[in-house]
Amino acid sequence: MTRQTDEEKSAVVQIPIVEYLVLGEDPHLEVNECVACHARFFDRRNACASCEGVAFQRTRLQPEGEVRAFTIVAFAAPGVPVPFVAALIDCDGTSVRANLIDVTPDAEHVHLGMKVRFCTQSLGLDEGGTEAVGFGFKPLA
Amino acid sequence: MATDDIYILGIDMTKFGKHPDLDLVDLASAATMGALADGGVTMRDIGVLAAGSLLNANAGIGQQLQKQIGQTGIPVYNVANACATGATALRVAYMAVKSGECDMGLAVGVEKLSGAGLLSGGSRPSDDGTWTPKGRYGAVAPIDGRIGTETMPGVFAQIGMEYGHRYGGTSFELFARISEKNHSHSTLNPKAAYQKRFTLDEIMHDVMIAYPNTRPMCSANCDGAAAAVVVGGAKLKTLSMQQRSRAVKISASVLTSDPWEEGCQVLPNVNTLTRNAAQQAYEQAGVDPQDLDLVELHDCFATAELVHYDNLGLCSEGGAVDFFESGATWRDGATPVNVSGGLESKGHPIAATGIANIWEVATHLRGEAGNRQIEGARLGLAHVIGLGSACGVHILERIAA
Ligand SMILES: [Zn+2]
Repeated sequence: MTRQTDEEKSAVVQIPIVEYLVLGEDPHLEVNECVACHARFFDRRNACASCEGVAFQRTRLQPEGEVRAFTIVAFAAPGVPVPFVAALIDCDGTSVRANLIDVTPDAEHVHLGMKVRFCTQSLGLDEGGTEAVGFGFKPLA
Repeated sequence: MATDDIYILGIDMTKFGKHPDLDLVDLASAATMGALADGGVTMRDIGVLAAGSLLNANAGIGQQLQKQIGQTGIPVYNVANACATGATALRVAYMAVKSGECDMGLAVGVEKLSGAGLLSGGSRPSDDGTWTPKGRYGAVAPIDGRIGTETMPGVFAQIGMEYGHRYGGTSFELFARISEKNHSHSTLNPKAAYQKRFTLDEIMHDVMIAYPNTRPMCSANCDGAAAAVVVGGAKLKTLSMQQRSRAVKISASVLTSDPWEEGCQVLPNVNTLTRNAAQQAYEQAGVDPQDLDLVELHDCFATAELVHYDNLGLCSEGGAVDFFESGATWRDGATPVNVSGGLESKGHPIAATGIANIWEVATHLRGEAGNRQIEGARLGLAHVIGLGSACGVHILERIAA
C-alpha cells in the first residue's frame, strides 16, 4: 500500500469486499429479505429457503448487535493473519458473521453477550488505485 | 425376530491410525472381508453395495472394491454426504433391504487422512493484483479470515460457545474435560488411533487451534475403514444359530438435513437436524434416551460433544453442562458416551466414521468389547453429523436369539 495525499485520497475509488456491504456516506450491510416471511439471505435465492416465496427486497441491517458466539482462531489457512476473533453477531434478530476488530484477541477481552457496533476498515489499494473496504464489529465503549 | 426388521449380520473396522503402506482399496477390502467373515457370508450373498470415500468421491470406490475382492454385478451406490457419508452408505444398504429389493446389503466407508492437516477453510481465490468481484458474494478478496472463519475447529468452537451463551455454565476448562474423558476412554480401545491418556493440564496447554479448542480437543485425522453387512429378518431366520445369535437389530435408521431457521446459513445449525433425527429414531425404536446403555456421538470437537448431549435428549434442554458434570458420560456413568475414545482420540477417517461408530455399539451389544465392555449393554445409539448438513442416527438393539 502506498502513502497518499488528501487530494489523492478523495479521488480513490472504493469497492466493498462483498456485495452485501454498501459503502458511501453511511456504510452498512444489506440483505435480501423474503417479502413473504422476512427470512434474510446474504446472497441471492431463486426461492426463499424458508417459505419458497420468490419476491425479495433489499433490507438494511442494524449496525449494533450482541456477540452470540465467538472463537479466537490461532491456526488458519496460509495467508490468513492469526490470531483473530471470528464471531456470530445478533443484529436485532439477524445473525451476521464477521471478525471482531479493535479488540485484543484473547479470552480476557472477548466475551459472550458483548455489545458491538458495525464498522468498516480499508483492505488496501490494488494496482489501479482502487481501495477495497472490509467490515467488522468493534466493542461499544 | 420380525421378518421385516433389519439386522447387522457382520461388521468390522480396521485399526484407525497411520497406514502408509495401505491404499484406500486395501483398507476398504480389509474392513469388508472382515465384515463378510464376521457375518459368515461372501460377496455372492450380497445384493447391493453402498460405499463412500469423501475426499475421493469421484473415484468409484465401490467398484474399485469389487475389483479387489469380488465382482458379482450387483448395483453399486457411491455416496458422499460430508461426515455423514458412512451412515448414509449404511442407510442406503438398509433401505434396499427394507424395500425388499434384496435380502442382504453391504455398506463400506474408507478414508486416508493421515497428515492431512487442517481441513476446510481457506476458500481463497488468488489475490491477483486487482480487486475483482468474484463468486456468489461478489467478493474481491478471500472471505475466510476476513469475514469470520471457515475452519472446522473455529466453526465448531462457535457452536459450543453459542450453547454457552444460551444456557451458561461453559468454560474452556469444561470443554477440555470432555476431551480428557474421551482420551481416557481410548486407552482401552486397541483400534483407536491414539491410546494416550492426557491430563486436563496437558489438554489446556497444548497448541491452541481455535479457542476454546486446543489440538487434542479436535478430531484426529487418520486412515481407516469400516464395513457392515445388513440382512432382512426373513433371510436371517434361514441362517445358522451362530449367525442369528450375533445379529444386532437396527431398531432405528434415520437421516435428516437441516430445515431453514434464522442464522442457519451464517453459522451451521447442527442442533435442529440432530434433534429431529433423534426424535424420529426414538419413535421408530420405541425407546427413550434414558434406556440407552451407550452412545457414540459425533465429537468432531470437544465443543460439539456438549451440544449433542442436549440434541440427542440425553439430558434435559439446556442441561448439558450439569449432565457432563454429573459424570454421566464417563464409561462408568449412567449414559456412557464415546467409550471408543470418540473422534478426538479413536480418530476420524471421515467416511469410515459413520460405520465405525456402529461397530463400536454392536460390539458392546454382542458382549465382545473385551476390557472396555459396557456390562449388560442391550441398547445403543450412534450419531454422526456432516456440515452442509446431514445427520445420521442409528439405534441398535441386542436381540434374544
Ligand atoms: Zn420466505
